[in-house]
Amino acid sequence: MPTNLSARLCSFVLSLFLIAFALPAFAGPFEDAVAKFANDDFSDTDEAIGVVAGSGNKLALPIISALQDGRLMADPDSKKVYVTGADGKSIDAATGEPVASVPDSASAVRLNNRLRRSVDTAIGNLTLQSPDVGTRLQAAQSVFKSHEETALEPVDAALAKETNKSVKAALGDARAAILLFKPDATEVEKLEAVATLKARGDQEAMALLTGMGDQPATVTKAAASAISSIQSSLAVWSMVQNAWYGLSLGSVLLLAAIGLAITFGVMGVINMAHGEMVMIGAYTTFVVQEVIRTRYPGLFDYSLLIAVPLAFLVAGALGVLIERSIIRFLYGRPLETLLATWGLSLVLQQAVRTMFGPTNREVGNPSWMSGAFELGQITITYNRLWILVFTLAVFAILLAMLRYTALGLEMRAVTQNRRMAASMGIATSRVDALTFGLGSGIAGIAGVALSQIDNVSPNLGQSYIIDSFMVVVFGGVGNLWGTLVGAFTLGIANKFLEPVAGAVLGKIAILVLIILFIQKRPRGLFALKGRAVEA
Amino acid sequence: MTPHMLTRSLDRGATIFLAVVAACGILIPLSNLLLPAGSFLQVPTYLVALWGKYVCYAILALSIDLIWGYCGILSLGHGAFFALGGYAMGMYLMRQIGSRGVYGNPVLPDFMVFLNYSKLPWSWYGFDMFWFAALMVLVVPGLLAFCFGWLAFRSRVTGVYLSIITQAMTYALLLAFFRNDFGFGGNNGLTDFKDILGFNVQAEGTRAALFALSCLALILSFLICRSVVSSKLGKVLIAIRDAESRSRFLGYRVESYKLFVFTLSACMAGVAGALYVPQVGIINPSEFAPGNSIEAVIWVAVGGRGTLVGAALGAVVVNYAKTVFTSGMLAPYWLFMLGAMFILVTLLLPKGIVGTFNAWWDQLKEKRTAATTTSVAAEDSVTEPKMAE
Repeated sequence: MPTNLSARLCSFVLSLFLIAFALPAFAGPFEDAVAKFANDDFSDTDEAIGVVAGSGNKLALPIISALQDGRLMADPDSKKVYVTGADGKSIDAATGEPVASVPDSASAVRLNNRLRRSVDTAIGNLTLQSPDVGTRLQAAQSVFKSHEETALEPVDAALAKETNKSVKAALGDARAAILLFKPDATEVEKLEAVATLKARGDQEAMALLTGMGDQPATVTKAAASAISSIQSSLAVWSMVQNAWYGLSLGSVLLLAAIGLAITFGVMGVINMAHGEMVMIGAYTTFVVQEVIRTRYPGLFDYSLLIAVPLAFLVAGALGVLIERSIIRFLYGRPLETLLATWGLSLVLQQAVRTMFGPTNREVGNPSWMSGAFELGQITITYNRLWILVFTLAVFAILLAMLRYTALGLEMRAVTQNRRMAASMGIATSRVDALTFGLGSGIAGIAGVALSQIDNVSPNLGQSYIIDSFMVVVFGGVGNLWGTLVGAFTLGIANKFLEPVAGAVLGKIAILVLIILFIQKRPRGLFALKGRAVEA
Repeated sequence: MTPHMLTRSLDRGATIFLAVVAACGILIPLSNLLLPAGSFLQVPTYLVALWGKYVCYAILALSIDLIWGYCGILSLGHGAFFALGGYAMGMYLMRQIGSRGVYGNPVLPDFMVFLNYSKLPWSWYGFDMFWFAALMVLVVPGLLAFCFGWLAFRSRVTGVYLSIITQAMTYALLLAFFRNDFGFGGNNGLTDFKDILGFNVQAEGTRAALFALSCLALILSFLICRSVVSSKLGKVLIAIRDAESRSRFLGYRVESYKLFVFTLSACMAGVAGALYVPQVGIINPSEFAPGNSIEAVIWVAVGGRGTLVGAALGAVVVNYAKTVFTSGMLAPYWLFMLGAMFILVTLLLPKGIVGTFNAWWDQLKEKRTAATTTSVAAEDSVTEPKMAE
């Protein structure tokens, strides 16, 4: 009997224990910790964060993120804590059961700056093992930034399980950052950490290495060499970055100037309304997108592909019209042409302002043009990349057109010797009209591209006109390669001067340099050679 | 300038023009000051200031016509010289404010106090003295034009290339003056002027005097231009305009002639700007905008390129039209109007108002002489614009 009794007692106690552990409704360390949030005391909250985050309970992440967003409500009277979701529904923080409503006496658990750091760390640790790759990567990066010693264990645990390559690398970096700042880490561990950071090689790694405080002599020495190696690699990357920005600016300049180069090169006509042709191309894009938005929303990603030929046609037709109605009466009087086309640009600007209003119009990026990707230490946005590709494609097509088509041959003949070409039976006036149309049409498609990176307003063309002239004057007339070289040289020079002199001074410096360059080569980089006394 | 040169250089149109300007310069201020306000013949003060502005524009137009109409140099950056002259005067006026500014600093203008300047930048030294400022009104635009022209003309930058780099020049200055740390008031420019030579710039008497002075400056500029273009030098300038290479081959130093006339023209534009600033009460970087310079060129084209009277007249006519258009219901159409003016004048009226009138007048005279004599009329090609191959 006594054995029986003791056995039953034992099993009773055991089952009590089991119940206590199996049912979270009973007070355990997790529940105690959750209740501590209700004390509204900063040190209690801190303690609670630590326990909850380390508990492994599935409610831990919702609780801590609610705390971060001020959605964790605590009732000081009943010591009950609730998580209010973004959707307005609430659950009991200790049990996870839904509740009808949070009592009025409950208020959000308050945080101070120190607690906010612990919350960030806790969330970082909790999300390290999230099923979502993006979340894990972000968590690893945030641990790298905070490099709290407490995160070492979760990082190691996550590292053991991690299969994704980039998350693994990020975790490794995070581990190195933690070890570097951990006072009791061994020298070997620290040296390894320095090596990892050196391999990472970015601004953040350098910041960690420079701010690591007192370290053993060998570590300090390794860090110093790592810093200098990172510095030189960063210098290279910043050069690469500037070069990329320069290429991007150069492609925009080339796109804006290439049509001008054709009209100026072939016809000797300075078209001050060229910028307005660019603007009209941009507005064509706007109209195309408006139609697509209202009628065929599914086609939005193709809007630019539709806009390019349309803009070419609209601007090109307008160009032919302008040539036939104004410019052909002014041949041989370049200065008067300049004034007349300037007047035309005012009229076109005002016309667009009257039709579409003076404010900026919204032109969207299709999905394949938005976003960016990382290349080493620099970020490349897709729209800039596509514009560069597009510009080069336009350039290549134009070059091929000039070289292999009959119209191109006629254009080159007229450029080189107008009277001789006329004597050989080329209808120069027809060539002029088509050339002007072609130049304007290219300005139109430039407008499609520029609508992706600039404000579409009636002043769009004005901001490019002086720069495009600089490109043409610098590159020389009558040779498209000159325009290409001119545009990219100016773009790159501008971007390399900018960090040194500032954006505005850089631009002024470029203008001054061009004015000086013109002294040396009054006809530009790639001047047409000829024997004429006066061009 | 000898009396002989003067009489030789004045034809009938010029005499009428000078008489009209002189009459305006005397009668408008007198009517403004002496007649009671509201009287039919009294010119209100706002109109005196407005017409004073037109007179300054006329001087600028003269300076452009001198180089474009007579030497074939189309500068699209003359607004820069005008604005530089204006800034020189503006700096003098700023220094005259003294401790009456908002911050009450006796030396530093308000914007410098606002931008935490501890002392006056060197570029502002001397502008508390009127004679120095007046000298700078001539020297700064003149020096810039001299350096720019020396570089450009020596390496034979001509035609549209020159036009484009002059435009780049004014654009660069626009960007520079927009910067706060450039030390000239940033995008707000210079304003809130109080005194000029001890007289209140807002006072009616000062405005009337400034108007009279502007008219005097216009007369002087006209006489200077007239004596330049009717001298032997002027003949060479016209030769350069019509056939630059040929003039060079004949042994003329084309670049020296161009440089002289370009610098002279810039100084005149500077004077126009200096007279403009106290009358409108503000100078800011937008005066450097390339559009302004091109607009000034169209005044000359409308009035008549290569006729000095036409340039001045064009400035007044176009600006009067601008005032009428931009102040009323027609405001949205002003740019259409201006743009159409550019196109139509170059297409249909290449000689401008005065040039066309002169041609018509000559034709009339020819007919009369042809009726009496049988001799064939001599061809008139002086005002014919240059026709490139």
